[in-house]
Amino acid sequence: MPLRDLTASEQVRALAAGDTTSLELVDAHLAAVEADDVRAFLAVDAEGARARARAIDALPTRPPLGGVPIGIKDALSTRDVVTTAGSRMLEGFRPVYTATCVRRLEEAGAIVVGKTNMDEFAMGSSTENSAYANTLNPWDHGRVPGGSSGGSAAAVAERQVPWSLGSDTGGSIRQPAALCGIVGVKPTYGAVSRYGLIAFASSLDQVGPFSRTVTDAALLLRHMVGRDPMDSTSLDWPGAIALPTATDLTGLRVGVVEELMGEGVEPGVRGAIEASLREMEALGATVVPVSLPSTPSGLATYYVLAPAECSANLARFDGIRYGPSVAAETLLDQYEQTRGALFGPEVKRRIMLGTFALASGYYDEYYGRAQRVRTLIVREFTEAFRSVDVLASPTSPTVAFPLGDRTADPYAMYLADVCTIPVSLAGLPAISIPCGLSGGLPVGLQLAGPAFSENRLLDAAHAVEQALAFDTRPPGLVT
Amino acid sequence: MSGFEPVIGVEIHVQLSTRTKMFCGCALSFGDPPNTHTCPVCLAHPGVLPVVNAEAVRRALLIGLALGCEIAPRSIFHRKNYFYPDLPKAYQVSQFDIPICGRGEFTAIRDDGTDLVVGITRAHLEEDAAKLTHAGGRRAGAEGSVVDFNRGGTPLVEIVTEPDLRSASDAGTFLRQLRQTLLFLGVSDCSMEEGSMRADANVSIRPVGSHALGTKTELKNMNSFRFLERGIDAEIARQTQIVASGGRVRQETVHYEPETGEITPLRSKEESHAYRYFPEPDLVPVVPDPAWVDDLRHGLPELPVPMRRRMVGEMGLSAEDAEVLTGSPELAAYFMAVAGEADPKAAANWVRGELRAQLREVGEEPWESRVTPSRMAALVGLLAEGTVSVPAAKEVLAEVIATGGEPAAVVEARGLGQISDEDALRDVIADLMDANPDQAGQLRDGKEKVIGFFVGQAMKQTGGRADPKAVQRLVRAQIGGD
Repeated sequence: MPLRDLTASEQVRALAAGDTTSLELVDAHLAAVEADDVRAFLAVDAEGARARARAIDALPTRPPLGGVPIGIKDALSTRDVVTTAGSRMLEGFRPVYTATCVRRLEEAGAIVVGKTNMDEFAMGSSTENSAYANTLNPWDHGRVPGGSSGGSAAAVAERQVPWSLGSDTGGSIRQPAALCGIVGVKPTYGAVSRYGLIAFASSLDQVGPFSRTVTDAALLLRHMVGRDPMDSTSLDWPGAIALPTATDLTGLRVGVVEELMGEGVEPGVRGAIEASLREMEALGATVVPVSLPSTPSGLATYYVLAPAECSANLARFDGIRYGPSVAAETLLDQYEQTRGALFGPEVKRRIMLGTFALASGYYDEYYGRAQRVRTLIVREFTEAFRSVDVLASPTSPTVAFPLGDRTADPYAMYLADVCTIPVSLAGLPAISIPCGLSGGLPVGLQLAGPAFSENRLLDAAHAVEQALAFDTRPPGLVT
Repeated sequence: MSGFEPVIGVEIHVQLSTRTKMFCGCALSFGDPPNTHTCPVCLAHPGVLPVVNAEAVRRALLIGLALGCEIAPRSIFHRKNYFYPDLPKAYQVSQFDIPICGRGEFTAIRDDGTDLVVGITRAHLEEDAAKLTHAGGRRAGAEGSVVDFNRGGTPLVEIVTEPDLRSASDAGTFLRQLRQTLLFLGVSDCSMEEGSMRADANVSIRPVGSHALGTKTELKNMNSFRFLERGIDAEIARQTQIVASGGRVRQETVHYEPETGEITPLRSKEESHAYRYFPEPDLVPVVPDPAWVDDLRHGLPELPVPMRRRMVGEMGLSAEDAEVLTGSPELAAYFMAVAGEADPKAAANWVRGELRAQLREVGEEPWESRVTPSRMAALVGLLAEGTVSVPAAKEVLAEVIATGGEPAAVVEARGLGQISDEDALRDVIADLMDANPDQAGQLRDGKEKVIGFFVGQAMKQTGGRADPKAVQRLVRAQIGGD
């Protein structure tokens, strides 16, 4: 079997068995990265990756992740490796430190081969807001991979890496996972350290894995979670992330979020989700409708809070201390011209939205009200989880849309995250797994649970995955 | 009289002298080469996060407790957004509507002994900005500016008072005693020159009898209390003149130039104060354990203002003694230790006077000298029991300063003990009268002016060791003798 067709877990096992070496794996994947025709990567660290692979191959005992390659979203700081967050503002920027979650994975034996494309500063749902390239959907090169972690999703779907890291603020892991036919996990807020994740909206951002199987996602997540003294909002993981084993769902109570199954959901998507729900019932689950009446306000709430936070988070980019700069006569001109020239239109739009939402006189009406709605949404989820164990919905109301289709209409783009945003606002964990095709394109099923219910979610997703036996290989992919 | 009264409130920024910065592990430093104490966090590199310095929280709580503030069971940080080269994140992490220390009250003592009660609005934690140096002086016309990020992220406590002050001298009294209090708490160096304590004053005037507040101006960042007092007086005069001539005071930040005595408006950091505060999502609320807060409360040292009261009320010291002896926490601790073993008034005289005078000669402070509080107390005790005379005690003190001996041992070794034995003194006087028959005759005849002669001679004869009072009495007893 070609090395790239092995899942990450299989690669770890092959390494442990001595059937392959880390260098072989890295070379095989680097060859795919270099032959990339979906433009998943922004930067490749071939020499560094090979050097680390050789070093791991020379160890007397392999670390838990063996020396398996990984792709990292360009929003994560990697020491000495160019980290741009998809923005001209950080073109050529080489960080002086590595994000905690990346460092933990490296210590566990993952080998970073490169940095993946993304919407600028993680703002977008198609990766078309990248300042550098459009990433293509491996299932249809005329379509978007989703976003903002589109590069990480496409790289895994294209088998350039067996797994990767993304970040999810309002759906930026789950939605591209859905559109690319792979698994994506947004952990509980606080489960994974944000130290080194270039902030978009700090109260929502979480790092999480992409992989082709639920088991791989669990394996990667296991080595990421836990409190980090550098991130005050990170939390001790209660227990450990277990590798999922469930093959039936006996006793599992599944709530179907009515508000996320209605208008705006494509019939093909709804069909695939309904088929998955029937499959879950067949596996022993009880499936009941659940109402989360405030979720339709989620999008509006999110587009007040996230821009408000981003307007402060992105204020540090002034072209003075790092990154490129536009020379000007006065300091103020330099700030303005640098920010004017080097931020893209969507970033500017959100900074302006957020600045407005926080302006005195508008604060209560926008930021204050959004915080109250957020509290309401949190309560509704808490309430729902009194009667069900997991909530099911589509991850995205549509399958992958054509490149350029929504770039002129920000609101249409924002709607891509309508199903994922409420979960983010509540800080809850969720997983997206591929559950079928609509018009030849993958559909994602989102399962969400209470805080720190990752093990249960992974188990449920694993059982569904086994039953559905979705083939993650995009048509025509040669490995 | 003008018919106006000034209304003054002050805001004090205190840099906490913690080992590390407010939100990162960089060491605090003053005077080190620029930009040598920086890291990705305090330079606001992409992706970094703040972590609260627990020691800074502890010190903020100590300040709040010392000022009688309500301690918030849960306080939160906010982001205060503004663009300025000294603020790398373009927001300052500060506290806004829920500060760690809420309302309190501080009572200072005026020079005339009356109480000066000042309401504390709040005290909150925040981080300091980096240090900007403008080549070519103040901003207007500056040729260029450089930034030193060593200072950026230093923990600060901002203390805000109610507008309770009614004169520049009251403002000075309050600030000096607040500073002393902070020094006693050991939370800050409180150096105005080095900028570890900075005070701004909000000044307005209103017609006497009015309770409404007039438009205030903010007098910025004076580097000494004396200049701040002068600045306040100048600003009061300026406002009074404006209002008296029918004008209106503009709300603005002003600067006082000590050399010319002039007040000039200062350009503010941002024209309108639209800081767009919002809760800092990178930090969790500060929720101090109530038991810990109680421990801190009970562990507070005796603070200078109550200590001064106790010195005057219980120990019988003069107000001036009390003020001088609480001048620094070290001196106060030293004195209190001496006063614990000796008569406080005598101890106060000696510590304030001879001890400090002699130590000044050798460039030492009492608490670091060889004159331990016990030795000082022992010396005061020897004096009180009449074992040594004052001149001898001064000599003993010099010896203790130089060699660190015990006073009693020094007295013994150098034979400095006072001669109070009346028989011995009578013999000395008899010898003197024999040697000076003329004066002896005058004395017997009741000529009092020769008493001084014999006393002086007796002191000389005994090397200053004779008890002068006893000698006086014994010489006088010779009047009318035969």
